[in-house]
Amino acid sequence: MPAVYTSAVIDAPVTRVWGTIRDFNALPSWHPVVADSRIEGAAASDQVGCVRAFSLKDGGFIRERLLALSDYDYCCIYSILESPMGVKNYIATLKLTPITDGDRTFAEWSAEFECDPAQASALIEQIGQGVFQSGFDALKQRF
Amino acid sequence: MIKVNRSTVIDAPISAVWDVLRDFNGHDRWHPAVSYSHIENALRADQVGNVRNFSLTGGENVREQLLTLSDKEHSFRYRIVSSDIPLENYVAEVSLRPVTDRDRTFWSWSSQFETPPGLEQEMQQLVAQGVYEAGFEAVRSIVETRTRSQEHSITSASDSKQENGTAMVVGRYGGPEVFRKELILAPPPKAGQVRIRQRAIGVNYIDVYCRSGYFRLLNPPEVPGLEAAGQVIDVGEGVTHLSPGQRVAYACLPIGAYTSVRTMDAAMVVSLPDSIDDVTAAGGMLKGITAEFLLHQVHRVCSGETILVYAPAGGVGSLLCQWARHLGATVIGATSSPRKVQAAYDAGAHHVITPGDIGLADQVRDLTDGKGADVIYDAVGHDSFAQSVAALADRGHLVSYGQASGDIGAWDIGSLAAMSATISRPNYAHYTDTQDKIASSTQRLFDAIEKSIIRVNVEHRYDLQHAGDAHRALQARETTGSTILLTE
Repeated sequence: MPAVYTSAVIDAPVTRVWGTIRDFNALPSWHPVVADSRIEGAAASDQVGCVRAFSLKDGGFIRERLLALSDYDYCCIYSILESPMGVKNYIATLKLTPITDGDRTFAEWSAEFECDPAQASALIEQIGQGVFQSGFDALKQRF
Repeated sequence: MIKVNRSTVIDAPISAVWDVLRDFNGHDRWHPAVSYSHIENALRADQVGNVRNFSLTGGENVREQLLTLSDKEHSFRYRIVSSDIPLENYVAEVSLRPVTDRDRTFWSWSSQFETPPGLEQEMQQLVAQGVYEAGFEAVRSIVETRTRSQEHSITSASDSKQENGTAMVVGRYGGPEVFRKELILAPPPKAGQVRIRQRAIGVNYIDVYCRSGYFRLLNPPEVPGLEAAGQVIDVGEGVTHLSPGQRVAYACLPIGAYTSVRTMDAAMVVSLPDSIDDVTAAGGMLKGITAEFLLHQVHRVCSGETILVYAPAGGVGSLLCQWARHLGATVIGATSSPRKVQAAYDAGAHHVITPGDIGLADQVRDLTDGKGADVIYDAVGHDSFAQSVAALADRGHLVSYGQASGDIGAWDIGSLAAMSATISRPNYAHYTDTQDKIASSTQRLFDAIEKSIIRVNVEHRYDLQHAGDAHRALQARETTGSTILLTE
């Protein structure tokens, strides 16, 4: 099963970074590739099980379900329900850890999924760099 | 229950950090609070269940058991079995995570424990700062230096262009026991560099000062040593004075000579004439170049002058005596040891004095019709400076080139008017910091060796891996002449 792991250091206290990314509907406010987002049905954006439907700036449409949210571990886990990427059983984890030295944040974003083996390395690159690292770069710039 | 959690980011790949931390018995080589550690019952350091038994620099004993070790997660857990420090039910975890953004390492160190009432704050601070944060800084300085260091980086063995070798590394400041043998890989030479397969390495007293921390020329873990001789493997772009296969030698900073293979700046490396073997070059470069600039540059010693040399049987002293005599000077040797009088005469001294009931200055004046010495070479320093000034002739020159007995301290320049004295304090680096300076100095030195004007006396040879024994002998003042290390 292909896996992606990306991590970075963000120069801000963990509570501030968590405050930005905790909202499952907030991708357009901080992630550079996301154009707009809404929560389906009448659910709140921190309700475990809610679904976010969002479109990318390149026109792609994606639906993702929130599987777990932890304010204690600064962590959220979600799965892809629908996307143009050609992945199945995609589950991703975004997790923050405080760095006591300098009161900074260690951010990790990882995913496991299934796909056409011929596409695996391109997908790993696209997800790891195009989605996860570009998100971290935006957060690094923001703080 | 008290919980402590500290974390940091180390600017080195996770493999480099894990390399240091994985060794459960290795903390005495990097943690400043740990003085000596061993694993009980002859178990291996990576054997889960083993107990490390160690003493802290404050003298307290601690025993800790390895509970888990994972090369996959880059983590381990351990508990305190017994401790002179009041930490009870103490379980800790060390865990590393890769920071893929710029290939760094996130390191978390956490624990929970109990302690008698009233000590909570003190123990929490001790663990968080005295152990964890101090450990972060120690490992940071090791791996960040190591990762940056071109010459001694422990890099991927899969790179076929690397040359394998063995180096003796000073793991931390201390006695001769702090040496450890490490496999090293010398990278291909970059522009202006040369890579040398070394045969013989000179051992100098300055190496002892580097190892003990008296001179901060060395930052552990680092390879000491200033001089060596060997054969060129290859040269980098722009290096025209050296070529592969050529025999070469050097005596210069930066340190790093205690190794069988080395990549370094080529400008300071000179080719060796066939008449000078590797052992002579390694044992004589540093001392010989020193004698060369002391006698020909700091002061041009002329026929008819009287010179006084301290430690005339020592490494530099014996070369000064031989060479000055050849230049036509009258040489007086001053030694504190009656055992070394004969060696001083053998080195070429016309007169040898052993200051005792009669002071040095009076003895020198007795030998010079009351005039005193025209030039004095003094590396003793604190204990000799005043009597050296008193032994100078009018318009004499005191060359202070070391302070083996300690710092000289402040002196009133006005007092030198009594004999219009000149005082020099030469530094080796300023006479050897360009290719031209090195070339002219070594040419004169090699010429003097070839013509038997001076003889480099290499009396003691050790295998490179026994560098610690060489230092022991040097510190015990058991040696005469030069000491060298030989590679296989």
